[in-house]
Amino acid sequence: MFRPRIIPVLLLKNQGLVKSIKFKDYRYIGDPINAVKIFNDLKADELVFLDILASKENRTISLEFIKNVGEEANMPFAVGGGIKTIEQIRKIIGTGAEKVIINSYAAQNPDFIRQASETYGSSCIVVCIDVKKSFFGKEKTYILNGSQSTKFSSLEFAQIMEEKGAGEIIIQSIERDGTMLGYDINLIRRISESVSIPIVALGGAGEIIHLKKAYQEGFASGLAAGSMFVYHGSRNAILINYPNKKDLNTIF
Amino acid sequence: MIKNVIIIIDYGMGNLNSVKRKLSRIGVNAQITSNPKEILEAGKLILPGVGHFSKAVENLKRTGIWGVLNESVLIRKTPILGICLGLQLMCNQSEEGDVEGLGWFDANVVRFKVADKIKYKVPHIGWNNVSVQKESPLFKGILNDSEFYFVHSYHIISNNQKEVLTRTIYEYNFTSGLSKGNIFGLQFHPEKSHDVGEKIFYNFINLLKCSDPE
Repeated sequence: MFRPRIIPVLLLKNQGLVKSIKFKDYRYIGDPINAVKIFNDLKADELVFLDILASKENRTISLEFIKNVGEEANMPFAVGGGIKTIEQIRKIIGTGAEKVIINSYAAQNPDFIRQASETYGSSCIVVCIDVKKSFFGKEKTYILNGSQSTKFSSLEFAQIMEEKGAGEIIIQSIERDGTMLGYDINLIRRISESVSIPIVALGGAGEIIHLKKAYQEGFASGLAAGSMFVYHGSRNAILINYPNKKDLNTIF
Repeated sequence: MIKNVIIIIDYGMGNLNSVKRKLSRIGVNAQITSNPKEILEAGKLILPGVGHFSKAVENLKRTGIWGVLNESVLIRKTPILGICLGLQLMCNQSEEGDVEGLGWFDANVVRFKVADKIKYKVPHIGWNNVSVQKESPLFKGILNDSEFYFVHSYHIISNNQKEVLTRTIYEYNFTSGLSKGNIFGLQFHPEKSHDVGEKIFYNFINLLKCSDPE
């Protein structure tokens, strides 16, 4: 039976892993390749790596890094950070990533998603939509690591991305990031119901019950989290962890 | 005659290094090549692939690999493992671009037509069970209904039950693997499927050659 993927999201900053709270307050977590090794042993379904400052600093996630991850990772992984050209996608996929994740440039040039999906097939092209509510409660799409708002509402942007050929959409709630209080289920459900491509929920997961809710009530096909898989206990000690297959089978 | 060389066919479509790496984990040093001569002389072939069907056909023809593949596989009976798009290319025809494939299997490739579009999104991405339909050396030592990793929007419809190797359910039951003699094709990605995936490669590498090209 099909079951949703549980996806650790690992943020890169200056070649180290970090974890944020609401896209701020970065805390150093450790070495990314070491994390991959642990997630191999824990048999994680899939991994996501985001170079969070790449777009802002006008560069692209390092190919050398992707190669190193690829040499270790025993599972599919997707990478994002500053991707703007077909050539970059070709190199990234060729280096060993399964999928590329596009955030800022998707909003700056939505047609790029069409071009990318026509060249590489929709399955490799993931769009990450960072969402924050405006003062009036409108869910807006943000880019450049949450620093700049766009004209698109998150729902409308998800539909545009589907139309352009994106294979999957990660919906990330900026306000829930690092809080571990649970996903924004309403947001995820509304977007999931209005597109027919897979939605990956991100932002806020802290415990297994949150994952279950996003799947059953939010119709998410993928359940992603950062803090939940790198922190342990009430004091947030750094400990890479992942639910075991038995636990997963009992909740899905 | 170079024997027992494992060739991963490079036709400009997708993630070849992940296959190479998975093989190196079981001690196999596979070569990635687009050279038709090397492909012809290979001991075993792997045809991976991610991307658009018609683009893949175009690339295979442009590079001269297409003709060589037919000779290798159909005449020399070199064992070949198609993965994802690689499997689809072995079929008669695909809805994706509406072009003809290699036609080794009596099967066609169609887009997923799910009814419950909220629950069953397309592409089908993630881990799903693979139910083996016939005895095959490829699945030796692998528990039936093991989970493998899938990423695809199109799937196989087989016209020949005897060729159906595995089936998988995503709202409905579809053919997720085909095999016939020296030809194997899998819709899922063994190179991304932890230990069971490794086992598939191990089994493929250890297949006996169906006939000797000499």
